[in-house]
Amino acid sequence: MFKILKYTFADLIRSRWSYVYLGFYLLLGFVLLFLNNDLSKAIITLMNVIVVLTPMIGTIFGIMYFYSAREFTELLLAQPIKRSHIFLGQYLGIALSLAFSLVIGLGIPFLVYGVAQSAEIWDFGLLLVVGAFLTFIFVALSVNISLRNENKVKGFGYAILVWLFLAVIYDGLFLVSLVMFDDYPLDKFTLVASMFNPIDLSRILILLKLDISALLGYTGALFQSFFGSGLGMIVSLSTLLLWSLIPVGLLIRTARKRDF
Amino acid sequence: MIEIKNLHKRFGKLQVLDGVSFQVEPGGIIAVLGPNGSGKTTILKTILGMVHPQMGEIYFQGNAVLDKWEYRNDIGYLPQIARFPDNLTVQELINMIKNIRDVEADETELVNRFDLKLSLNKKLGNLSGGTRQKVNIVLTFMFDCPLLILDEPTAGLDPVALIQLKELIQEEKQKGKTLLITTHIMSLVEDLSDQIIFLLEGKIYFQGSVEELQEQTQQTDLEHSIAKILQGDV
Repeated sequence: MFKILKYTFADLIRSRWSYVYLGFYLLLGFVLLFLNNDLSKAIITLMNVIVVLTPMIGTIFGIMYFYSAREFTELLLAQPIKRSHIFLGQYLGIALSLAFSLVIGLGIPFLVYGVAQSAEIWDFGLLLVVGAFLTFIFVALSVNISLRNENKVKGFGYAILVWLFLAVIYDGLFLVSLVMFDDYPLDKFTLVASMFNPIDLSRILILLKLDISALLGYTGALFQSFFGSGLGMIVSLSTLLLWSLIPVGLLIRTARKRDF
Repeated sequence: MIEIKNLHKRFGKLQVLDGVSFQVEPGGIIAVLGPNGSGKTTILKTILGMVHPQMGEIYFQGNAVLDKWEYRNDIGYLPQIARFPDNLTVQELINMIKNIRDVEADETELVNRFDLKLSLNKKLGNLSGGTRQKVNIVLTFMFDCPLLILDEPTAGLDPVALIQLKELIQEEKQKGKTLLITTHIMSLVEDLSDQIIFLLEGKIYFQGSVEELQEQTQQTDLEHSIAKILQGDV
C-alpha cells in the first residue's frame, strides 16, 4: 500500500494544479494575516474559505484522478498486490497531497507572521486539522462515486451535487425545516441533523474553539448548551473521524466487488 | 498451465461469457480470437482477477485462483490501453512496477531494443501513444514470468517496433513460456500462434491449430476462414 501511496503522491505533488492550489493558500494566508490587523477576524475568514473550498477541491481532484487513472489502475490490478491496498494507496496519495498543499500553503504565512509564539497557535492548528479532515472526507466520497459510476460525466455531476448539497443546499433545507416546524421541540433534530453534515460540523467545531458565541448560530449554540464547549468539541471531532472512516470502508468494499 | 471450467460472466443484461471451458498446456503461443464484444478481454481479465465471474473455476499451475492475488507473481500482463500517471518519468514508472513486484528485473536490454533510452527521463504525459505502448511492453517483458497475457499488443506501434515485438514474442516462446494473445491482426496470428481459441457469442467455437481451422472451413488462409465462420457458413 505504501508503495502505491508513495508514487501517487509523487505524481500529484508535481502536477500543475497542486502548485496552483498551494499558491492560492499562500496568497490567501499572507493577504489575510498581513493586511488585516485583527487576528480573530482573519481566522474567521480563513475558516469560511476552508470549509467551502477544501471539500470542493477534494471532490474535484478525487473524481478527476480516479477517472484519468483508470487504465493505470487496471495495470496495477494485474500486479501481485491486494486490491484494497491499491485503492487505499491511491486514496491516501490524493488526500495527503491535497492536505500537504493546505498545511504548507497556510503554514508558511502563519510562521512568518509569528503565530507560533502567540496564543492563537491552537486556533490555527485546529483550522488546519479541520481542513485536512474535510479533504480526506470529500476525496473518499468522490472516489466512492467514481467507483460506482462508469460514466465520467454522470460521476462528475453526482460528485459536484454532493458537494453543493452539503455546502449550500443542506443549510437552506435545514433553515426551512426549522421555520416550518417552529412549534415543535427541535433541539434533538438539530443536533442530529448537524452531525450528518461534515461541513456544518467543522464550522461548529472551529467556532466552539474560538468561543465566539455571536457567530455560533442556532446549531452551534445548541451544541454548546448541550455538550458544553469541551465535550462539544470532542463529540464533533469524533463524528468527523467517523465521517472519514466510513466512506473509506465503503470504498474498499466497492472496489473489492467491482469488475475492471 | 491454465484450466478454465464453465466460466459465466454477465454485465447487467449482457451475457459476455456463457460457459467457457478450456485448457492451456505450458509452452507456446495461444491466440484468443473472436469478433468485437465476443469476450476475449473479459476472459483475460478474469484470469487476472480483474473481473469476477458469476460462475466457474480457474486454475493456474494447478491452484484455484479466484479471489487470490499471489499467483499474479507468475503472470505478466500487457493491457490494451497504455496510459500512465502524467507526472512520473518513464524510469520512475519502471522502478515503481519493479518495486511493487519485488523481484529482480533488468530493463536495459528492452529499453535499448525499443529505443527508449532518450525517453527514460521524460514525463509519461509528454509521450506519444506509440512510445507509451513501448513503455507498456518493457513493463510486461522485463520480468521473468512463465505466463504472459498480451491484450492487443500491437496497438499504435510503428512497423519497426512491430517487428521487434514479434521477435521478442518468439524469443519468449523459445524460453518455454506460455503466451496468451488477443489481436485483430491475422498475419500476426499466422506468423506466431501455435493454437487458436476462437470465441463467438460467449462460447468457444473452435480450439486447435491454424491448419485445423483452415481444414475445417476449407479455406487457404486464416482471414477467410474466420470470415466464413462469422458469416455463419460453417
